[in-house]
Amino acid sequence: MKRPSTLAVYRWEIRKLRSQKRTYLGLGAAVVVPLIFSTAVALQPGGPEDVPFGRYIQDTGLAIPLVMLLFGSIWLFPLITALVSGDIVAAEDQNGTLKTILTRSVERSQIYTAKALAAFSYAILAIVLTGATAVTSGIIVSGFNPVTSLSGQLIQPGEALGLVAVSHAVYLMPILAVASFALLLSTVTRNSAAAVVGTLMFSLLLQLITIVPGLEGLKPYLLSTQFNAWQGLLRSPADWDPIIRASWVCALYAIPSLLVGLTVFIRRDVTGG
Amino acid sequence: MDQSIPVSVRGLTKQYGEIRAVDDVDLTVEAGDVFGYLGPNGAGKTTSMRMMLGLIRPTAGSVRVFGRDPQQSVSALEGVAGFVEAPRFYPYLDGRTNLRLLASLDGRDARSLVEEVLEVVELRDRGRDKVGGYSHGMRQRLGIAAALLRQPKLLMLDEPATGLDPAGMRDMRKLVRRLADDGMTVILSSHLMAEVEELCDRVAIIRTGKIVYEGRLDELRRAAGLSYTLRTTDDPKARSVLGSAAGIEAAADGPQGELRFHPEDESAVAGLSSALVESGMGIVELSPRSASLEDLFFDLTEGADAEASAARLDKGIEAVEGGQ
Repeated sequence: MKRPSTLAVYRWEIRKLRSQKRTYLGLGAAVVVPLIFSTAVALQPGGPEDVPFGRYIQDTGLAIPLVMLLFGSIWLFPLITALVSGDIVAAEDQNGTLKTILTRSVERSQIYTAKALAAFSYAILAIVLTGATAVTSGIIVSGFNPVTSLSGQLIQPGEALGLVAVSHAVYLMPILAVASFALLLSTVTRNSAAAVVGTLMFSLLLQLITIVPGLEGLKPYLLSTQFNAWQGLLRSPADWDPIIRASWVCALYAIPSLLVGLTVFIRRDVTGG
Repeated sequence: MDQSIPVSVRGLTKQYGEIRAVDDVDLTVEAGDVFGYLGPNGAGKTTSMRMMLGLIRPTAGSVRVFGRDPQQSVSALEGVAGFVEAPRFYPYLDGRTNLRLLASLDGRDARSLVEEVLEVVELRDRGRDKVGGYSHGMRQRLGIAAALLRQPKLLMLDEPATGLDPAGMRDMRKLVRRLADDGMTVILSSHLMAEVEELCDRVAIIRTGKIVYEGRLDELRRAAGLSYTLRTTDDPKARSVLGSAAGIEAAADGPQGELRFHPEDESAVAGLSSALVESGMGIVELSPRSASLEDLFFDLTEGADAEASAARLDKGIEAVEGGQ
């Protein structure tokens, strides 16, 4: 009997995700929420003045995905991410299938790696779907028009579309850090609900810390702050500092979470089922 | 370490806080054995089997499967398959896809093998149905199919007949018998005595985490020797006579309220019958009976007399071995 490749294990993790309702619940929300937002823009005059790009959503559909990124960072995207990442190990514990797969010819580290990659793939797909839906529905509602940058210059629609795509890619850094944290909770708690809710609470807690007096100094190092790093791209010239900081701050959250999760997964006793 | 020995367990211990679930267990399963692992619920059977499969880390001691340590790498489980407690599958996938997934985790792309094992467990017609809709018996059979995918030399089955109806139990036993006849070594954890008596040639009995007997089933029966059943016109009074009679030990109540005892020899039985008659009792029944596995199991695992029974059995085994 030969050991399977981690890629083969990953393919089966994707196959399992494709067969589960919660996957479609998360991906459905990633599509439906921007559709609802675009519909609301079409039905109401004006827009949210107090957030970046909020005042332009009636002028250009390309502002809508950017406003979605801002609103989604509070709980929507962490929740969509945690729905799968928080479940992917714990569900196997709760169903008793962990013992089934751990007595085959595959190492525990391979299973954990495949699960992490599958959770990341799902999170990436959710962000891509949100972005694509928001861009498409936004253009239908408000047109394919130039975007006014945060520095006040007009960005032509073609260039703006590219920047919207790159902004979503930058946004993936904190999303993958959230996925890593959810995976850790999924492994440690062995309970899907606890891992999903715990990830959401963690995300909200980080948002709350930013408004506590005296803790302002922590703000650049909080995961929640990194959800705004993409805004640096929408300045003229582009400000790369928040993006560079986001890359290492997110790594500081993600890598220890993944390593601790992996260690726990490898060393744990499988008593369930 | 001898790679021809399917399972060798030495000093195996698992501690959960204050509770010692498995306590210094030594076991050897030889090639070709159909090995019954017996014990009441909570005795430590499943915990030991999980350690044999590398699912749980021992607190102390060692497990070697074909000479290799399953804690070190899953490659130690090459040639080994089975399940602990109920076999579990992905309920949202069909039976065939579950098996293909598991075959893939064994590094195989074995569509034809999947069909073959589905045929063996008579689930080929239901292979396209989601496992969530399977009955308990079908899941048990799918568990066997999943084990057979590995084409094992050693099959570990934990309570495989649990929850099955009589026909399902019969089919499961037939299947295990067939696999054993094909030369597979089988470890069968069970608390169903009839199943063990029918299938197994060697047994280990575990009680509160400790092995109280390990050896051949026929040796166990011979060592236990004869017991006697006694019914009288006044059983409470007879019980006190039994307690004071010379050469009588381990008197206890049988399942129908009758008295049972082990005499040292036949003269002790003769002495007892005289004592009963002298006490004014009529003897309704005084008959010898061979101990069933169930009797031995209860003797060794239940009540305050269990340790005395184990000691008596040890003496019996020494006597049997001495006579050989």
